[in-house]
Amino acid sequence: MLRDEDRIFTNLYGFESPGLKAAQVRGDWAGAKDILLKGRDWVVSEIKDSGLRGRGGAGFSTGLKWSFMPKKSDGGPVYLVVNADEGEPGTCKDRDILRHDPHKLVEGILYASFAIGATAAYVYVRGEFAREIQRLQVAVDEAYEAGLVGKNACGAGYDLDVYVHSGAGAYICGEETALIESIEGKKGQPRSKPPFPAQAGLYSRPTTVNNVETIAAVPTILRRGAGWFAGIGRPKNAGTKLFCISGHVNNPCNVEETMGIPLRELIDKHAGGVRGGWDNLLAVIPGGSSTPVIPRSVCETVLMDYDGLSEVRSALGTAGVIVMDKSTDIVRAIARLSRFYAHESCGQCTPCREGTPWMSKIMDRLVEGKARVEDIDLLFDISKQIEGRTICALGDAAAWPVQGLIRHFRPELESRIAAARQSAAA
Amino acid sequence: MPKLTIDGMEVEVEAGTSVLQACEQLGIEVPRFCYHERLSVAANCRMCLVEMERSPKPIASCSMPCADGMVIRTNTEQAQKARKGVMELILINHPLDCPICDQGGECDLQDQAVAYGYDRSRYAEEKRSVQDKDFGPLINAEMTRCIHCTRCVRFCDEIAGVAVLGAVGRGTHTEISTYVERAITSELSGNLADVCPVGALTSKPYRFKARPWELRKTETVDVLDAVGSNIRVDARGGEVLRVLPRLNEDVNEEWISDKTRFACDGLKRQRLDRPYVRRNGKLEPVSWDEALDAVVARLQGLDGARIAGLAGDLVDAEAMIALKDLLLSLGSPHLDCRQDGARYDVSERVGYLFNTTIAGIEQADVIVLVGTNPRLEAPLVNARIRKRYREGGLKVGVIGPSVELGYVYEHLGSDAGVLAAIAEGSHPLAATLKAASRPMIILGAGALVREDGPAVQAVAREIAARYDLVRDGWNGFNVLHLAAARVGALDLGFLPQVGGRDTRGILDGAKAGDIEVVYLLGADEIDASRLGNAFVIYQGHHGDRGAHRADVVLPGAAYTEKNGTYVNTEGRVQQARMAVFPAGEAREDWKILRALSERLGRRLPYDNLGQIRDRLVAVNPLFATKGDVQAAPWRPFGVSGALLEEPFQPAVDNFYMTDPISRASLTMAKCTDAFVPSREGKTGTHG
Repeated sequence: MLRDEDRIFTNLYGFESPGLKAAQVRGDWAGAKDILLKGRDWVVSEIKDSGLRGRGGAGFSTGLKWSFMPKKSDGGPVYLVVNADEGEPGTCKDRDILRHDPHKLVEGILYASFAIGATAAYVYVRGEFAREIQRLQVAVDEAYEAGLVGKNACGAGYDLDVYVHSGAGAYICGEETALIESIEGKKGQPRSKPPFPAQAGLYSRPTTVNNVETIAAVPTILRRGAGWFAGIGRPKNAGTKLFCISGHVNNPCNVEETMGIPLRELIDKHAGGVRGGWDNLLAVIPGGSSTPVIPRSVCETVLMDYDGLSEVRSALGTAGVIVMDKSTDIVRAIARLSRFYAHESCGQCTPCREGTPWMSKIMDRLVEGKARVEDIDLLFDISKQIEGRTICALGDAAAWPVQGLIRHFRPELESRIAAARQSAAA
Repeated sequence: MPKLTIDGMEVEVEAGTSVLQACEQLGIEVPRFCYHERLSVAANCRMCLVEMERSPKPIASCSMPCADGMVIRTNTEQAQKARKGVMELILINHPLDCPICDQGGECDLQDQAVAYGYDRSRYAEEKRSVQDKDFGPLINAEMTRCIHCTRCVRFCDEIAGVAVLGAVGRGTHTEISTYVERAITSELSGNLADVCPVGALTSKPYRFKARPWELRKTETVDVLDAVGSNIRVDARGGEVLRVLPRLNEDVNEEWISDKTRFACDGLKRQRLDRPYVRRNGKLEPVSWDEALDAVVARLQGLDGARIAGLAGDLVDAEAMIALKDLLLSLGSPHLDCRQDGARYDVSERVGYLFNTTIAGIEQADVIVLVGTNPRLEAPLVNARIRKRYREGGLKVGVIGPSVELGYVYEHLGSDAGVLAAIAEGSHPLAATLKAASRPMIILGAGALVREDGPAVQAVAREIAARYDLVRDGWNGFNVLHLAAARVGALDLGFLPQVGGRDTRGILDGAKAGDIEVVYLLGADEIDASRLGNAFVIYQGHHGDRGAHRADVVLPGAAYTEKNGTYVNTEGRVQQARMAVFPAGEAREDWKILRALSERLGRRLPYDNLGQIRDRLVAVNPLFATKGDVQAAPWRPFGVSGALLEEPFQPAVDNFYMTDPISRASLTMAKCTDAFVPSREGKTGTHG
């Protein structure tokens, strides 16, 4: 269990003020100038060494991502874009950072921008987060006023402008290139890669897109050292992580924990256990709605980090842990997710546009058992025709929950079909 | 130059080549819907997926740039399965209405479904359907068939320069739409039917008319503007059913204008399909013998100085040389091909050609448009300018009316005074022109067809000299013609001979009675009321202005009905081919003149197409060149004079009706109604 002194997000629950003064008391912005004076390469290598991986779901090494940015300026602008379009069902970690600990983010923006040579940073906040946008804007304004960002930020001779941009509530705008399109004022549709944002991103300029939690973890890592962060958790799965535990638990909550904590310990210690006791557990979606569901047998032992969950053919994703007890209609739950992804598909590329509604329609029939057993195989096949064939990862995100359901709950699906047959015959 | 391996074959390609293009270089077919070589890459259909070594997922070959050492496999089980999967997904919401779809038989989706798809569908759910949209009189939209490849959206944005189409909605509810329902306002909109890989966007006038395998296809050239677009005429029996573009990178690439494409229904309306003679003030149908006798009777014994000939805008070179030879043999010096009355100096070929060539526009860095609206006068020249503009670094200046061209330009002024200032070097543009490495000036009819046309031409010549518009391997002096026949006529010297009258002189003479017989060879753009009491012989194919005034009508052949030679505004000699026979009793034009000459006792010395073409070459050796442009030597031309103060006026008001064929076309009438703002404005009860 994570020790209190190792927590990064010390005001996650909003017990203290989110303002600059309170944040500084908690240690934010301490020694910012000294950190900047250590130079760009130091920041990048420190983050690389810390083993920090992207907290937005894909888990790509943050330091490595930063190192893709051009080392020498060609005179044009370079951008940092912070993805605060938190829309993955089951996830609410960035929201708490924005409203309770915004200075962690603003400070992280300064270091990250500095590390990639950015001339401006944009924070793209989900449109529904109206209050959070206000809180963040207040924090940015405070930082400007205190000379922490803006011209000659922290007196270290580095200029950075920070802009807060509101989205309009489309899930797909959380995809980094769709997000860039949206900032540019276009319809939020993912771009085909290559070119990657590091070559041609926002306004066709080199751009790095990072998740809020990733950026907000940066200042503490730089202050306490890469070794400290790397020493928490397991190799390649270092550091602390915000887990969002929701669903059929006694005490749904957001909590910062070490990577690789056993799922059962996470639920029991922080969420007050599964409603009706562990034995009442049916399944868990461990990393936000797009990650494949895992049944209780797997939940017993699985470790909550990138590798631990990938070993059981699921994923850490955003660490939005959705707990479902035995009262859950698991087929209906996954059908609801299928409908969500069909609804949020941008419609640009064929497999996702055509495949997600098809899956959703079959899922809706399976809820009632109005299907043939072959439809289960068809459904799995369709999900495989979508997965990995699309421009962005939404196709994968739509395919995985269905695949997880079929992998672990096929008997349930078949018995429903049989029951529906029987009642029709009667 | 990256070197990669595709299906075991090594290939070295230019940097920036996509995997799909590299496959094409090796002759490997990769199916695709959204990829179009002249449009930006969207990578949204996912049909072109191939396998790449060290990539766990198949890659979209259209958007993946080739890199050194890449290993691509296009025909593995994974790649095939990926294509089959995508094909199945494209088809689940595509209606099975091929039997009533105009695209049937020439549909990419049909072809690729057969080649790459499953043989049956596993889709048992409800299909998507979309309400049809009204995209105007030219494009039929059956949007349920749409596969969302967005080629049409990209065509409008990139080639046509009008951002009228876009995808609205999301996911399966995505629809290609004009946002607010309206017609697609572009002179190139017909190309949407060609870029659409399925039957979603098809030609509205051609709807339900024919199947592609029923059509006889003739490769020919267009004559409805001076660009000379390469086209294919599809006919069934004696009827031209549609006109499609033919690839010619130097002229029209693979696009054609809406007039070129859709005016073909004018070929069967208002046709002169038999000879007529005016008796008691009325045109009466007669036999060829009677008609030719009537002409002979009037011409016999008449002093040649009292006879004049005018050649129209759609006439082939063969007919013009025949008429010229005939008139000269009758002793008439009064011939002209410039119905618009232009008087600028045409003594040097370089002074009346589009010397840069249309493809040459792509090298230009400064373009000055003088008295021309290329969007209406030559949409494909405008598309070329826009293509160059999109590459960046092009500066366009316009002198004349301020109009929407589809690219950003600087409006330098409206009158010839601006030209004079540039010629003197006192205009701010002078510095730009001086610094330019490939500068162009384009003179349009709006500037040249005025009283001061010769002076405008001379000033432009001065500008060309002052700013080195003509330099090594580059000639930036251009005249943009409107008539397909014009350059050919000028090359043949269909002009006033020594002591002869030009168009205005002929009309004045006819009014005054000095000219007693006027031979109109397809000339419909003159003011017929100025012909006075002259005896008018009209030879042509449409009952238009000329035929209305005629005393004798000799029915000729339209451009789709004869083997004719045309020279486009660049000076490119091209041949039109007979796609169908002339209407009714109509005949090929040079043959009519040949027959008439015999009756007049002045037999023209050619009996077949080969001989008359030899005659063309004898008059001007340039007619021996086919398809190429011969650069005209830069020599002095032009006569300086006073410039008028009035602003340049547009030469074309209504793009859709500029000649007898398009004026007879119902489709063009509908377009005029839909797109051309009426001068009177619509009444309250209009539509």
